[in-house]
Amino acid sequence: MNDNETQVSQPTVELLSALEGRFPGAAQPAEYEGVVVAPDQLVDVAIFLRDELGYDYLSLVTGVDYPEPTTQFPARFEAVYHMSRSEGGEPLTLHAHANRNDPVVPSVVNVWPSASVHERETWDLMGIRFEGHPDLRRILLWEGYEGHPLRKDWQEVYYEEDNKPFSSRHPEGRPVQAEARAPLGRNLRYPPGWSPKAWKPEAETKVYSPFDEHIGGNGRSMATDQIVVNFGPQHPSTHGVLRMVARLDGETIQQLEPVLGYLHRCHEKIGERNTWLANMPFTDRLDYVCSMSNNFGYAVAVEKLLGVEVPERAEYIRVIMAELTRILNHLVSIGFFTNDLGVYLTFMLYALEERELIIDLFEMASGSRMMCNYFRFGGVARDLPEGWLPVVKDLVYERLPRRLEEFERLLLDNEVFRARTIGVSVLPGDVAVAYGCTGPLLRASGVPYDIRRAEPYSIYDELDWDVAVAYNGDIYDRFVVRFEEIRQSLRILRQALERLPEGPILSGKVQPTAKVPAGEAYGRVESPKGELGFYLVSDGTANPYRYRIRAPSFANLGVLGELCRGHLVADVVAIMASIDITLGEVDR
Amino acid sequence: MTAQNSSLPEVPSELQGNVHLMPWDKFYNWSRKRSLWPLFTGLACCAFEFIAAAASRFDMGRFGMDIARASPRQADLMIVSGTVTKKMAPQVVRLYNQMAEPKYVIAMGACAISGGPFKEGYNVVSGVDKLIPVDVYVPGCPPRPEALYNAILTLHAKMEGEPIKSLRWYQKDAEDEGVPVPVLGPDMVDWRLMEEAATLEESK
Repeated sequence: MNDNETQVSQPTVELLSALEGRFPGAAQPAEYEGVVVAPDQLVDVAIFLRDELGYDYLSLVTGVDYPEPTTQFPARFEAVYHMSRSEGGEPLTLHAHANRNDPVVPSVVNVWPSASVHERETWDLMGIRFEGHPDLRRILLWEGYEGHPLRKDWQEVYYEEDNKPFSSRHPEGRPVQAEARAPLGRNLRYPPGWSPKAWKPEAETKVYSPFDEHIGGNGRSMATDQIVVNFGPQHPSTHGVLRMVARLDGETIQQLEPVLGYLHRCHEKIGERNTWLANMPFTDRLDYVCSMSNNFGYAVAVEKLLGVEVPERAEYIRVIMAELTRILNHLVSIGFFTNDLGVYLTFMLYALEERELIIDLFEMASGSRMMCNYFRFGGVARDLPEGWLPVVKDLVYERLPRRLEEFERLLLDNEVFRARTIGVSVLPGDVAVAYGCTGPLLRASGVPYDIRRAEPYSIYDELDWDVAVAYNGDIYDRFVVRFEEIRQSLRILRQALERLPEGPILSGKVQPTAKVPAGEAYGRVESPKGELGFYLVSDGTANPYRYRIRAPSFANLGVLGELCRGHLVADVVAIMASIDITLGEVDR
Repeated sequence: MTAQNSSLPEVPSELQGNVHLMPWDKFYNWSRKRSLWPLFTGLACCAFEFIAAAASRFDMGRFGMDIARASPRQADLMIVSGTVTKKMAPQVVRLYNQMAEPKYVIAMGACAISGGPFKEGYNVVSGVDKLIPVDVYVPGCPPRPEALYNAILTLHAKMEGEPIKSLRWYQKDAEDEGVPVPVLGPDMVDWRLMEEAATLEESK
């Protein structure tokens, strides 16, 4: 890594001077972005940031592995924290270094409860132990898995080379299947000396470990037992492969834990082998309902590192696509929610009808119904095709407003819908912020936090629109917010379609193996589900050094246990559907 | 429909139009192919195209498939729509084992066929056929609903040609032991590979 990149940014300078006054000697500028805090003072610094500087919202905790010493620091593991103020503004970056042989960093769960799921993930994939975390189990893989895959010295079974394009892929011009190279002919590997006979599986038992004292009865014959129930991962109402374990007292939920990882497709390890641009189609498959928003987030993050300007027409096209995606996502989410309430299919078919019309537009523009892969660094892949604008205008001006009104009347005024949703699973605003919730889930609790407003990107600050917000924090309000967001999206779309300028759609040209300057960036956008962030570290080559996705669904799931406590077991699927998750994004 | 086959008995002229003669196999297979009930195994992105295929624009009801069943006990067809991860593999195999015979499997999308774009991932199974037998493969990422319909029609053609006399699951003492369910250890433990793994270990 080159060292002419060590310019310290303005927020970092301010933070450094604030920290120097309180904790002398504890902080120093990081290699690229933010400050490095001594691990033994991390928790005190965190409390200071939260209580006195107002950084009450922690987006992300992650880890980076540096097996080789850099110019400034020795070989180490780094825990990286991104936090911001819930009233808006740029996020702050904090680093804590840990010894590479026995990486330990104090946990900040007690400062920001949202850190819990992120710290568990960092332990799982990177192997950094967070001391003081109450329940540091693996979250995406399973207990008993061999190794921590995101470490730089960990290689998968089908390992070929560190970085793509692989020269080994086509020896003598003919492709060789990965199975042919693997010793067992499968994507499987067992540690040397391991024998299945002498081994006891612990993956399943560890899933139930938070419930241990309640399993097997309380030993008193006349007292009522609490029972532990498993939902999923194969269940029609889990929106994919989510699994939950709940402890019930009668029909009331006492405790509920989501069990994740059933769709963990190793995005980050694959992403670190890919070239920068090759990750774009992979982002489509994160939240597969709204691929355009994922493209947007990744493009924004990489453009921060590249420093390229996006032409105006491309910005407008991006916003049009992102807002169409928001409408699509909210309709689908409402449709699935009614499905889970027991209105089997009726409303979902209505919602899917509109979805088909929107994905037709995506198909016209990008060539694919779902996996659009439409954004490029510095613009979009291709211009809008002929005949696209009349179709989208008909949809935005004529059809969708009418349908929206019809849907609202159908659902929000419906007696059964109101009875099932009003006052159920109330989430207070401060709890929502503490757990790092974003998107409609947070805005339904009275916190008007929308990244399009809090840290404007693209052209959102030039457009006239309102942040949808509701104040009761129950399931009903989450859908009030979603309906209102569809209305605001239509408002944005009308402005964008009217002002859509002519001009180029891409600055420069697409270079599949383009190099990105060394540095780190955290780019975030408001995806329909909340804050979608990409934390990227570049070492100046054609591949990301670290590629971490801050998925809104994953962070929002951290509060599921809180939301369900005290409610009936029949409401669990409704509560879960009201968060609106996509498992592709939760498990990555 | 009149009897075309000369080996079939002649239908008296007054009964033609009321009596249809055809081989038992043909009739039986024709009936069951029209009421295939799919199991709802939405694993990943492809599940959305499966839902789109089932919804009003494409309408799977035309093939007698109407609503996906949530329980494997009621289903004949497992459409593996999405990436099979190692963590999910035990459940996929267990679902397959729980389905009553006759049962069919469609591998929908690149991931279910081979692992697709995520093949090199450490938690991804390189195709569902490494675990359970597959009847029809549908390429695409994700395949369009039309492609899924093509797979269903291909499966219908396969079912039509099945001789029920010799099919294993119609035999009197046919036994189905099922596929051994993998467990999660240091890696996914596929019991069928354990001997090979042990010899590999010794040869080192």
